Amino acid sequence: MNNKPNSVPVPASSDFDRLNRDWYIDKAVQALVFIGGISAIIFVIGIFVFITKEGLGFLIGDFSFKEFFFSPNWRPTSENKVTYGILALIAGTASVTGLAMLIAIPFSLGAAIYIAEFATGKTREFLKITVELLAAIPSVVWGFIGLAMMNPLIIDVFNVPVGLNVLNAGIILGLMAAPIMTSIAEDALKAVPDRYREAAEAMGATRWQMIYKVVLPAAKNGLLGAVLLGVGRGFGETMAVLMATGHSINIPGSVFDSVRALTATIAAELGETAVGSQHYKALFTIGISLFVITFIINLVADLVVRGVKKG
Amino acid sequence: MFEATQTNLKNLRRQNISRGLLGGMTAILILPVILIMGTLIYKGAPVMSFEFLFANPTNGMTEGGIFPALLGTILLVIVALLASVPLGVAAAIYLSEYAPDNWFTRAINLAIINLAGVPSIVHALFGLGAFVIFFRFGTSILAASLTLAIMTLPVVIVATRESLQAVPMAFREACWNMGATRWQTIRRIVLPNAVTGILTGVILEVSRTAGETAPIMFTGAVFFLPFLPQGVFDQTMALSLHLFVVSTQVPEMPEAVPYGVALVLICLVLLMNSVSIALRMYLRGKKKW
Repeated sequence: MNNKPNSVPVPASSDFDRLNRDWYIDKAVQALVFIGGISAIIFVIGIFVFITKEGLGFLIGDFSFKEFFFSPNWRPTSENKVTYGILALIAGTASVTGLAMLIAIPFSLGAAIYIAEFATGKTREFLKITVELLAAIPSVVWGFIGLAMMNPLIIDVFNVPVGLNVLNAGIILGLMAAPIMTSIAEDALKAVPDRYREAAEAMGATRWQMIYKVVLPAAKNGLLGAVLLGVGRGFGETMAVLMATGHSINIPGSVFDSVRALTATIAAELGETAVGSQHYKALFTIGISLFVITFIINLVADLVVRGVKKG
Repeated sequence: MFEATQTNLKNLRRQNISRGLLGGMTAILILPVILIMGTLIYKGAPVMSFEFLFANPTNGMTEGGIFPALLGTILLVIVALLASVPLGVAAAIYLSEYAPDNWFTRAINLAIINLAGVPSIVHALFGLGAFVIFFRFGTSILAASLTLAIMTLPVVIVATRESLQAVPMAFREACWNMGATRWQTIRRIVLPNAVTGILTGVILEVSRTAGETAPIMFTGAVFFLPFLPQGVFDQTMALSLHLFVVSTQVPEMPEAVPYGVALVLICLVLLMNSVSIALRMYLRGKKKW
């Protein structure tokens, strides 16, 4: 230390302490932020542990794999024979999510291509901000829109007795998922390097040829990731499907049938069950299935998107 | 001179058709929502008044105002932020400044994606099982807010991490060369340069938290309370749940009331998002690097 040309003569010990203190603070902070870092993992594991803990009594008790997944009869409060079959609920969720994706995927990919590749300047800023604001509308508001606006509209237009059905919830869910899919898909298109576009244009390709032949193939994985995240979002949506599906247990034969979704069943029934009852545990078991399925969807989406980054 | 061939013309036509088609799709995506907003404002505006916002609901919620729900939402958001912002910022600092690029960091990132992707009703089940029953908070503001905090944690983490990573590496290197420790660099150089970006994330989280319904249904929010909550262990009303209640659970509800509640909720959420977007654009204009 004393060999330093400009060193100020200070007691060596205090200098040493000062360095030491900063070093310890740095280590302490590192440990502290590490706790923040692992908190996400702890919470995901915690969610799984706690919903399994509450649902376990059903899983090892009355649970029958065959009845649970293949019986269309969800009769938790029946006086004669209580059955817990979620097939009809799965059909409800699948039909609504399927219709929503049928609407949302083409429109959101189309909008993403338009915003990323065609729109310029102010138009583009405006569209991007609008899409972001649309993604922020709370699901309970969407549910209310389905209930108060779509319901009479569907009754009027299609001349059917009930407007709360697969069609209603599918449109609502589609409108809801589309902005999120649009912005993720747009990010994927933006991730394609500009030199790809420049090379295509230098070859004399029109903008559409460039998009179709160069940009879309290059962004393929990112777009697939966007679609998967949209599916996950639609699948897990609760309030909007609770309010717009009509909430009656049904394997739908047409889009005008009312159905009931897995998520909505939990939301509607959990409040009325006694903590620890069979019914309560069965609802938690539905929760476990929802958790596992969304976990898989997210995992696959992540792997697909990561593939694009490595390539 | 360049003479356009048949093929050139055909390709140009195709380009114009695709542009028109895609533009139309964008419009179809946005127009119905603008129509819906218009209807909401048209039908909700008549009930808007000072009294609607600041009076208690009366006569089975069909008359009076929404003050307890509005206050409840604000309380839920504040308590949720107190829990999630420190934790989320710490997580983002770890991921951006300390984490090595290995499988463990990838696992954390995957956990964040999953936390954001788990259905809101599963978060509600978790909140009920963990906070209400296991930790014995009962159905309370605390339990509901912690559930919301965990659910919206990814919003803070992702926004904060992005704004931390936007601070150029050269800033850090310059500071390290002065002999500063990592933490000194973060506190004096990285965080001050990222604070506006973090703020945009926090505001986004406020918007998300205020709009959520399912996670608070069984953990702390109730349909109706005749008095205001006195502490974090009390139950509360909330704006989002109130919209669900007045639009589905109350017979003979005047049509304008749920429209009014929906309008207040959506204005609150969109206002927060607009502030966040405006802040981000201001930041983008200000940045010199």
